[in-house]
Amino acid sequence: MKRHILLGLLLSAVTATAETAPAAVTFEEGAVAQSLTGVAGDPAEGAKVMSNRALGNCVACHTVSAMPDVAFQGNVGPSLDGAAERWEEAQLRGIVSDAKMTFDGSVMPSFYKTGPYIRPGDAFTGKAPEGELPPMLTAQQIEDVVAYLLTLKE
Amino acid sequence: MKIKTLAGTCAAAALAFAGLSAWAGPVDDTLVINEEIEIVTHTTSAPDYIDGLSEQYSGWHFREDDTRDMQRDDFDNPGMLGVEAAMEDWNTEDGAEGKSCASCHEAPESMAGVRTQMPKFSETKGTMMTLEMYINECRTERMGAEAWGWDDAAMVNMTALISSVSRGMPVNVAVDGPAAPFWELGKEMYYTRYGQLELSCANCHEQNYGNFIRADHLSQGQVNGFPVYRLKDAKLSSIHNRFKGCIRDTRAETFKPGSPEFIALETYVASRGNGLSVEGPSVRN
Ligand code: HEC
Ligand code: HEC
Repeated sequence: MKRHILLGLLLSAVTATAETAPAAVTFEEGAVAQSLTGVAGDPAEGAKVMSNRALGNCVACHTVSAMPDVAFQGNVGPSLDGAAERWEEAQLRGIVSDAKMTFDGSVMPSFYKTGPYIRPGDAFTGKAPEGELPPMLTAQQIEDVVAYLLTLKE
Repeated sequence: MKIKTLAGTCAAAALAFAGLSAWAGPVDDTLVINEEIEIVTHTTSAPDYIDGLSEQYSGWHFREDDTRDMQRDDFDNPGMLGVEAAMEDWNTEDGAEGKSCASCHEAPESMAGVRTQMPKFSETKGTMMTLEMYINECRTERMGAEAWGWDDAAMVNMTALISSVSRGMPVNVAVDGPAAPFWELGKEMYYTRYGQLELSCANCHEQNYGNFIRADHLSQGQVNGFPVYRLKDAKLSSIHNRFKGCIRDTRAETFKPGSPEFIALETYVASRGNGLSVEGPSVRN
């Protein structure tokens, strides 16, 4: 029990230091070469982030055939099937972090960014946030999603 | 290098992907209410001051068969219960002057055509007025009664009654003259990418109508059908209430029903529907 808490503290301390902050991410032609955390992404976690409405909710706009149990996948964006064959890891990291760096003016939200926004709200409450807004996904969640996308081969 | 052409290619790929949620554009169907009132729910030419639309569709075209059918007959349209409730209020005296709506306006049919022009610039008030504001002006200044809240059931029901007698008449909102500055502000809002998701009205309702965002089949976000009876909420809902929800869904701090911002936005959005028929109260999911 105690050990778990300690481990958790240790882990968050480690990631806090190794993590690249949203404003410090360097994009090269839309791509982000370096891992945001230095910790390998977990594709299973990534899949959860992609289908959870409060997290990535990527399936709101994209279909992924490899997730047949996720109902109501949208089609505002292209199907993500075979994404790993169209894009390198660094490009996928760039797209998931801030898609507008790859696709000019894209409707795809920027998941690893803290602003500036026009009238940002506190999640889906419709109210102004209390303090500073964190990015929509954490650095590790971005890595997890990238790891999952890398499994999408046709 | 920014990839602009890819978007087109990807969209085509998405169309070709007839998988989990097949793309479905607007349903090809026509609406006649009570076998009598013909509703223009589709036009093949949008007004020329609307940059991003070549055709207009009422939200009716994007709903399921059974939802669309509910609008074909007033007995099946749950929004008509609100109209009935408002008929009571229409004839009931209220306020210090001891007057009802009927005291000045006789039957509700006298309101035919009113909804087509809303919002409208009021010369006496020197401002843009929505139907809700005209209703409250009568209540407070002519009846000596309390103003209704924007989303009070009595208010939404009364807007349903007044809309219902204009059904089938073309929306015809003024965009020039004194309306112009309100219209301009509304247009600017329509293309502003609000919230943490950075999505504008146009991103969803102009660029992506016909597509699905999760389970939602995106319409053009027209307001000709308001107030709409939303099956999900089991009640009638005002235009501003819908705007509030859409902006909230972009993870934004939204605006209040009745705010100057929403009055301007309503002016612009209503004008995007000029030429469609008034359809409210309509039924949506
Ligand atoms: C509001 C809509 C929307 C959401 C939400 C969204 N995307 Fe996208 N995405 C798009 C669009 C649209 C494109 C195509 C590029 C363009 O046209 O701007 C795209 C492109 C992509 C691409 C490149 C497509 C390819 O296969 O060639 C990837 C990868 C991607 N998105 C992943 C994601 C992931 C992962 C998430 C969630 C963390 C996500 N998207 C959330 C709309 C969205
Ligand atoms: C994130 C996507 C999104 C954005 C951004 C958005 N909406 Fe919507 N809107 C929806 C969805 C989903 C619905 C329900 C399905 C439909 O009718 O399109 C809807 C419905 C509507 C309706 C009801 C249409 C009817 O016939 O019942 C109106 C009006 C509307 N939106 C206006 C707006 C306006 C104005 C804005 C900008 C302030 C806006 N929306 C922004 C997603 C969005």
